[in-house]
Amino acid sequence: MKLDPKIPDGPLAEKWDRCRFANRLVNPANKRKYEILVVGTGLAGASAAATLGELGYNVKSFCIQDSPRRAHSIAAQGGINAAKNYQNDGDSIFRLFYDTIKGGDFRAREANVYRLAQVSNNIIDQCVAQGVPFAREYGGTLANRSFGGAQVSRTFYARGQTGQQLLFGAYSALMRQVAAGKVTIFPRREMMDLVLIDGQARGIVCRNLVTGELERYCGHAVVLATGGYGNAYFLSTNAMASNVTAAWRAYKKGAGFANPSFVQIHPTCIPVHGDYQSKLTLMSESLRNDGRVWVPKKKGDNRPPQDIPEEDRDYYLERKYPSFGNLVPRDVASRNAKEVCDQGKGVGETGLAVYLDFRDAINRDGLDVILRKYGNLFHMYEKITAQDPSVQPMMIYPAVHYTMGGLWVDYNLMSTIPGLFVLGEANFSDHGANRLGASALMQGLADGYFIVPYTIGNYLAEAGSGPLTVDHDAYSESEREVGRRLEALLANRTAGKKGLRTVADFHRRLGQILWDYCGMARNREGLEKALSLIPALREEFWDRVTVPGSGQELNQSLERAGRVADFMEFAEILVQDALARGESCGCHLREESQTEENEALRDDEHYSHVSVWAYSGEGKPAQMHKEPLVFENVRPSQRSYK
Amino acid sequence: MAAREISLNLKIWRQENQGKKGTFENYRLEKINSNMSFLEMIDVLNEKLTREGREPVAFDHDCREGICGMCGAVVDGIAHGPEKATTLCQLHMRHFRDGQTLTIEPFRARAFPIIRDLVVDRSAFDRIIQAGGFISVNTGSAPDANAIPVAQTKAELAMDAAACIGCGACVAACPNASAMLFVGAKISQLALLPQGGPEREKRALSMVRAMDREGFGNCSNERECEAVCPKSISIRNIARLNREFVRASLFSDENE
Repeated sequence: MKLDPKIPDGPLAEKWDRCRFANRLVNPANKRKYEILVVGTGLAGASAAATLGELGYNVKSFCIQDSPRRAHSIAAQGGINAAKNYQNDGDSIFRLFYDTIKGGDFRAREANVYRLAQVSNNIIDQCVAQGVPFAREYGGTLANRSFGGAQVSRTFYARGQTGQQLLFGAYSALMRQVAAGKVTIFPRREMMDLVLIDGQARGIVCRNLVTGELERYCGHAVVLATGGYGNAYFLSTNAMASNVTAAWRAYKKGAGFANPSFVQIHPTCIPVHGDYQSKLTLMSESLRNDGRVWVPKKKGDNRPPQDIPEEDRDYYLERKYPSFGNLVPRDVASRNAKEVCDQGKGVGETGLAVYLDFRDAINRDGLDVILRKYGNLFHMYEKITAQDPSVQPMMIYPAVHYTMGGLWVDYNLMSTIPGLFVLGEANFSDHGANRLGASALMQGLADGYFIVPYTIGNYLAEAGSGPLTVDHDAYSESEREVGRRLEALLANRTAGKKGLRTVADFHRRLGQILWDYCGMARNREGLEKALSLIPALREEFWDRVTVPGSGQELNQSLERAGRVADFMEFAEILVQDALARGESCGCHLREESQTEENEALRDDEHYSHVSVWAYSGEGKPAQMHKEPLVFENVRPSQRSYK
Repeated sequence: MAAREISLNLKIWRQENQGKKGTFENYRLEKINSNMSFLEMIDVLNEKLTREGREPVAFDHDCREGICGMCGAVVDGIAHGPEKATTLCQLHMRHFRDGQTLTIEPFRARAFPIIRDLVVDRSAFDRIIQAGGFISVNTGSAPDANAIPVAQTKAELAMDAAACIGCGACVAACPNASAMLFVGAKISQLALLPQGGPEREKRALSMVRAMDREGFGNCSNERECEAVCPKSISIRNIARLNREFVRASLFSDENE
């Protein structure tokens, strides 16, 4: 596998300009001769499809939900970063770049991250022009808040629903292009395979989720914006349908998968409370602006929180990290929550929770002010737990949230398969080993609005606008393979055979293995154990999973079974990657690699690289390749938030 | 809150596809933990049906945190169930009694054909947005974000309207199956903001036409939509829609 990141020459601040100038252009009259397939309609997919349509390309846009407006970007709460420096507090493009690359523990490419910071300002302009109702000051200018991992106030927000409002902006731009005839939408479709012709991505095979039919679509390029794979862990903050299938199918067709073990565990989620639970709910990190995290100093102190006096409380983040306090990055906050719970100081029924307390903020600012900022989050918390956070502290615990790993892409966002572009959470590009809060929305929209529309033209100009057909043998072959797999999943469609289990049973067990052995802290022994458990579980899955119904209808059990089957395969490279990376960095804590103070210890000498996994055939071990990371503008330092 | 365990009798609408006739079927569930969400309760039923070799109940859902707008069903005659300002996924079983019988059926409206069981086709909403629920600004042509000041009160009102999740409960609750709350919310958001100004009349006329074309009914001030809306979208937005429509009808250059 050849890994050429194609980073342009020249000083950091000029690379993107040089890239745009060096790119070949497709003239406006010729753009209409090209077809582009965009899979996924979250921030990255919707913004890309809309922008490509505006440019004059013919776009087909696919999503798994009943409408493009529902992609899981919608659930992002807190905000979106940009280097506007509207607060005059010392922000700049370079500072946003530096914070992001440091937040990612120096495991991302300088050039990509710098470009992200550069286009961040255009994103805010674009969204405001679309009518996104961001929070405002009395004078009518835009308001900002602070977020973890930064000491400036650069986060733009729309109450606790920023993702929703940004997605509606992108969705409305997409609908405008549908009306203009430049984009056709295909909802309730699941991509089942990528089709390659002469080594180039030229089409996809989808399952129509309503009729069950397999459908073929061809294009001059394929764009995947299919999100992350956090649901491999069963319980996560992801939506129920979020999956790795599209990315995994691309991997099996030759796309490299980068850093699969980089999984962000978000510190502020509502704790697990029962085995019937289907998902975990995030409470925005913005709450850490005013909420103070604490546990009782004494083990097993089960007094109600309001009866525990100040001297018996341990505000452990403020104590250990005085300069960032409760606003340390997510990985640091999560690890510390685990540590205090492991010491037996956790609270709640399971002992796997810590307090996030608004008492002092309410006393300082008044309940009105706090409710104006976080009212909808308090409301959501109360709905789920039946407890009012303005009266007693929230209980929170870390949960799987975002995946920094993803399909490997070069500077142009093209994967190792020519013509296959990957955007947003589905790629690996910008967040290194840990993503900072309010940066996912920024990256999704940067990729979709401002990067791929430029870089895809360069590829198309070279590949040409030759005729396309879905009658190629590659489609038939792919359809046969997809059909065979669906039939295999339906083999136990009735409950006749003994010992049958549901898809959810298997998914829960896979998730437990990953959470126990490849969660917040990882070690060689545990990872090796996971690598022995996963193939055995996979074998049992194919033997004993029961999926009722048929393939020729709306069959939600079958949809889920296909996704879990892919998680079962994917989980193995996730764990292998965690095992191969012997250092600790960002979200990835290897217990063997810690400082004396139990902080993550990076090893730049051996691991300053992107790990890229390549498929080498059914039943054969995946091959790992390395893309070395070169730092010319920042010096990787041991991260300190003290 | 300490969990209880309750048992339930469920009457659920089962319909194989759009062409087939549907019917209610009865199910009994025991030991439902009161901390479960409503959809987790249906998960439990579906797991049970699957183990028994029977077909699980099809229902739309995705984020399960009340924001994507994908879930929704009518529970005992109320869209999204008995809790105010709550989507079905955020409704919890602690609000139900032990031994209670619940009737669960899909959102019903001419413009929302049933696909299967509780799953309906809401693509009419997408087509209404296509008719004008946007501001025509190509990527790259925006001025600096602070060049367009917006009064905080206006921005807040626009945000109140923009919070609509497009679930369709308003349509299901309305005796006329009207989509005026959905359309009013989008028109209000864009009419309240200066950015929406240039297309204001065109948008109002075009979206209302699209709404009629899709087969949604008219508003007769029943206020059922507001009562079931999981995001508490106010019917003031319908009033604003009416004003915008009248204003556009009188002053638009495009009137025939």
